[in-house]
Amino acid sequence: MVDKGADQKGATQAAIARLRRSRWLLAAALVAVLGVYGFGGLSIFVPLLAVALLVAAAMLPTAAERQSAGGTAAIEVGGLQRLSGEYLAAAVADPLIIFDRTATIVHANAAAFAAFGGLAPGMSLLLKFRAPEMQALLDGIVSGTMASDVVDYTEKLPVERTYRVSASSVGHGTDLYVLVFKDQSEARRIDRMRADFIANASHELRTPLASIAGFIETLRGPARNDAAARDQFLQIMQNQTGRMARLIDDLLSLSRLEMKPYLQPGTEVDLRQTIDSVIDSLAPLANENGIAIERDFIDGPISVPGDRDELFQVFENLLENACKYGQSGGRVTVSIAHAEDGQDPGVDVTIRDYGPGIAEEHIPRITERFYRVDVENSRTQKGTGLGLSIVKHILTRHNARLSIKSEVGKGAAFTVHLPAQ
Amino acid sequence: MQSVHIVSAYDEELKFLSKRIAAMGGHAERMVEQAVAALVNADPGLAQKVIQDDLVLDEGQREIDDKAIVIIARRQPMATDLREIVGAIRISADIERVGDLGKNVAKRVAAVIDGRQPSSLFRGLKALADLALTQLKEVLDVYASRSVEKIGFVRDRDDQIDAMYTSLFRELLTYMMEDPRNITPCTHLLFCAKNIERIGDHATNIAETIYYIVTGDQMPAERPKGDKTDQVVLPGPLSAG
Repeated sequence: MVDKGADQKGATQAAIARLRRSRWLLAAALVAVLGVYGFGGLSIFVPLLAVALLVAAAMLPTAAERQSAGGTAAIEVGGLQRLSGEYLAAAVADPLIIFDRTATIVHANAAAFAAFGGLAPGMSLLLKFRAPEMQALLDGIVSGTMASDVVDYTEKLPVERTYRVSASSVGHGTDLYVLVFKDQSEARRIDRMRADFIANASHELRTPLASIAGFIETLRGPARNDAAARDQFLQIMQNQTGRMARLIDDLLSLSRLEMKPYLQPGTEVDLRQTIDSVIDSLAPLANENGIAIERDFIDGPISVPGDRDELFQVFENLLENACKYGQSGGRVTVSIAHAEDGQDPGVDVTIRDYGPGIAEEHIPRITERFYRVDVENSRTQKGTGLGLSIVKHILTRHNARLSIKSEVGKGAAFTVHLPAQ
Repeated sequence: MQSVHIVSAYDEELKFLSKRIAAMGGHAERMVEQAVAALVNADPGLAQKVIQDDLVLDEGQREIDDKAIVIIARRQPMATDLREIVGAIRISADIERVGDLGKNVAKRVAAVIDGRQPSSLFRGLKALADLALTQLKEVLDVYASRSVEKIGFVRDRDDQIDAMYTSLFRELLTYMMEDPRNITPCTHLLFCAKNIERIGDHATNIAETIYYIVTGDQMPAERPKGDKTDQVVLPGPLSAG
């Protein structure tokens, strides 16, 4: 949008500048005209001539100006003027939203679409960003009480993210404003991670640590000379240290996941290949537990948007659980199917075991950290109580859903619904 | 979104209503979030702040009521506009209730702080609150985008919230039976869980109102309720324990 008033103002300024630059020439001309006037000819043309000279001097472009006009033209051909704001916004890696005086979205770049679902031009920002500090920021900018401002904004759900949001107006008198989100999640999380890690880990590490300490005491005391007991105790201690190591691994991998920003859009994962390699990698465990893994895949290529390593971990954790806790069933079925659900097309991957199943009251809770249906069984199966939390976290990042169906005595089915998008 | 009226002030008035609703919604989301954080982290200071914040929502609801009535009286709205205005009245009432429930959770913080309950209980409450807050957030996002075709998620998540609540109910009963000293804090936690579950219900109500505003039809009839706490009975005290 070109402002006409500003153009006119610019032209006036240019004319004044020309007058200033040609002031000597002008003065000489005026002196000459006045001289002619003084020498006597009483002509009405004389004042007119003076005015004409003045106008000519104002219109005449000077050398310097010709040069600068040429320079601007060169840049313009290069395109800053022609560069569309859209391309510029797309080139910014941070989420960026351009809005107007009514706080209605005019344009949002791809990063903004990826970070905040459900944006659309014409939507009101005040309706989308409802946190009190964002409302205050938008109000202040749009009403003109502040030219620009910065606030910290935290989105807790579905995945916690912290942004430093800066808002300012675009250009002069364009009536457009811009909102830029700088992701600060990582810096914030490192602080919080320490606290979280200590809170979670200290509780869970205390039990194996206490048992190791107890055995060491026994080995140095009463069992000092008992070779059989020593072997047995050392074995238990080794199991406990293994458990602690696994727990730390899982906690770290969960913390790392939480620290990652939103998924990069545009990467596709070949589900068939991914799940095949998960099954291959767990074949030894399945053999050991006497479990046959059956496949029931649909035909054709199956790919979904997502991160391969993360999805690998999801299916690995689910299949591992099925092999461990569904051992009595003797088999596990892995199936891939197109989601029937009309409103949300995608792919459903179901991992089904035929073991003891999960009681109804536990199903809603099993994705919580350290929630265990059966503490003893989980310990003997080397569970950390974090596997399903990791699964849930990854799926949330993928906009995917996990649904669990189970009946006691009939096994359990874990279905991952990945949207095709 | 809305079509344009000849009197632009009318459009402004309608927009004012939706902006006010969004601001109230944001405020309620923040209150619930902080109330649960105060509960989980045993932070009475934060709880006190939540209790005071409730005034803003009460005021917001009164303002929307007044404004809506003035619009109805002056503009004689029809069709979508009328639904929009009546919807705003209903939604603001629901949001105000959400704020009250959040405030009630905050009020109970002091009673729960004394005896530290097992951390698994707090994790359960946090998970329940996350579900309810996600429900509220997504519903308010639909209010912004008006894309009601995807509103089916509301029913699914409502079922999840009910199932989670039933599970927590059971766990709390177990703790109370184990040790009578747990009864006081666990009863408060039980009410907190119930309040959070109610927040999910209000979010579902809001979704139904939005569906009505946009389509003019009522959302298809609801399925039977998933809250099964009315049937939860634990076996009598174990003689061994």
